[in-house]
Amino acid sequence: MCGVDYLGSYRLLGLLLILGAAFFTVAFTANRLLSRRAPSAGKNATYECGIDPVGGDWAQAQVRYYVYAYLYVLFAVESVFLFPWAVTYALDGFGMVTVVEMAIFVAVLALGLLYAWRKRVLSWT
Amino acid sequence: MNLAESPKLEDFGHDVWWIILIKVVGIFAFLVVMTLFTIWYERKVVGRMQHRPGPNRVGPIGLLQSLADGLKLAFKEDIMPKLADKAVFFIAPVISTVCAFTAFSIMPLGGMVSIFGERTPLQLTDLPVAVLLVLACGGLGIYGIVLGGWASGSTYPLLGGLRSAAQMISYEVAMGLSIVAVFMTAGSMSTSEIVAAQANGSQQEIFGSTVTLPGWYFLMLLPSFLIYFISAVGETNRAPFDLPEAESELVGGFHTEYSSLKFALFFLAEYINMVTVSALCTTLFLGGWRAPAPITTWWAGANEGWWPLLWFTVKVLILLFVFVWLRGTLPRLRYDQFMRFGWKVLVPINLVWILLVAGVRVAANADNTVRYAIYGGFAVLLVGIIMFWPAKKQVEPASIAPEKLPEGSFPIPPMDLVVPPSPRTKRIEHAAAAPSATPEQGE
Repeated sequence: MCGVDYLGSYRLLGLLLILGAAFFTVAFTANRLLSRRAPSAGKNATYECGIDPVGGDWAQAQVRYYVYAYLYVLFAVESVFLFPWAVTYALDGFGMVTVVEMAIFVAVLALGLLYAWRKRVLSWT
Repeated sequence: MNLAESPKLEDFGHDVWWIILIKVVGIFAFLVVMTLFTIWYERKVVGRMQHRPGPNRVGPIGLLQSLADGLKLAFKEDIMPKLADKAVFFIAPVISTVCAFTAFSIMPLGGMVSIFGERTPLQLTDLPVAVLLVLACGGLGIYGIVLGGWASGSTYPLLGGLRSAAQMISYEVAMGLSIVAVFMTAGSMSTSEIVAAQANGSQQEIFGSTVTLPGWYFLMLLPSFLIYFISAVGETNRAPFDLPEAESELVGGFHTEYSSLKFALFFLAEYINMVTVSALCTTLFLGGWRAPAPITTWWAGANEGWWPLLWFTVKVLILLFVFVWLRGTLPRLRYDQFMRFGWKVLVPINLVWILLVAGVRVAANADNTVRYAIYGGFAVLLVGIIMFWPAKKQVEPASIAPEKLPEGSFPIPPMDLVVPPSPRTKRIEHAAAAPSATPEQGE
């Protein structure tokens, strides 16, 4: 399989993106042209929950959200190694050793999850 | 079953430009129609579950209701809140929708068909890593929600966006890991090859005896199937995991400030994502576009030509029904319960399951010593997990003392606030206990 053929299937995705952009242009233009407009100050105010909002637009956010992001990175990296392994581990020339190696790798990452668990990062107090 | 009909990876990427255009427009139309139909279907089914008729005014049995709603929504006045970040506020729903549409391009809707004399697979394209494209689009789709929540310039959307970011990345991990077992069994990440791999039952040697396992992976890989479906519900923000838009807590969640076409796009993306995860579930676990077994025994031509499109759609609709069923049945989870379930149940089970599948597969081809070593290893692992399972500890309920709060906050009652027992309960208990002890004294 030569490079051009291989990238041919990706070229389609590019076409899809262009068509998507065209769709949005048409949709937003139609909305701009056809919708009625009656601007007022009240409409442009923040809705929030229907009552006049108190304070600014920033809320204090739990630091735990970021901890989950870190955990995600851990497992996303694991997936990067797991996916190619999953396809090839049963081929000729691979076998027991491949599975044991992956078991060790997964165990190391599971240790990370266990650490977070024991540190009570996963429980929301 | 005619296996010659199933396309291979080499069959893709040779289409004439107008065939590609037809396919792109066809997929677009399929998704939009599925979205409109699913909204109607959901309202109708939920209505029936709640003993009410559901939409029944517009069109026959209300079928055109969602079309009317969609058109009305798209032509409403577009309001841009003053505090919103203009560019990001506009781009967020676009990101969501583009990702939702792109993910569907690798779904195999059928085998080889002929469109105006051109033989072509009924699938826009296929890549050697096609399933990863769906995961990537799911991951990028989160940007749409987070940026939309952030750019709104309002508190509840910001919280909704943060929640959904944490939720979707957590369940994306579980989803990605549940798919690994399918890759391992099929030996490929291309969707058309995974469907082809499920066409016939496979001969497997388990504990020395040869058994024919059914072709569809949802039987052979049942834990993966269940984990995939649960995380798919979490990934699409559907009830009982609809925390990013929990109405009772966050008004509308990340799309509170959105209106008109932009809101419609978020809505469209949500429903397309539902269709996409159902379609991926069909492809990975339910045999894809192939007709279920009893039909193929009676009717040999069930998998030829355009018929697969029907089987595919029926399977997707059955899965969508489960989504609606869950929504009609289960109450919303609390956020901590939800995250605990994802990280402490789904992910660890998944990791052990992947190694188990790998071990069994390798053991089947290995000699006896290695096989017993593998089974012994699993036994040790099982015993280890049971022995080191963390004991349930009573967690002290946290209390937020009022003086810890920053200056200018609203007063919050303490978390460990206990309602004093009502004086009436004591009297009632006393009255209930009294007759047996002292029957002559009444109160």
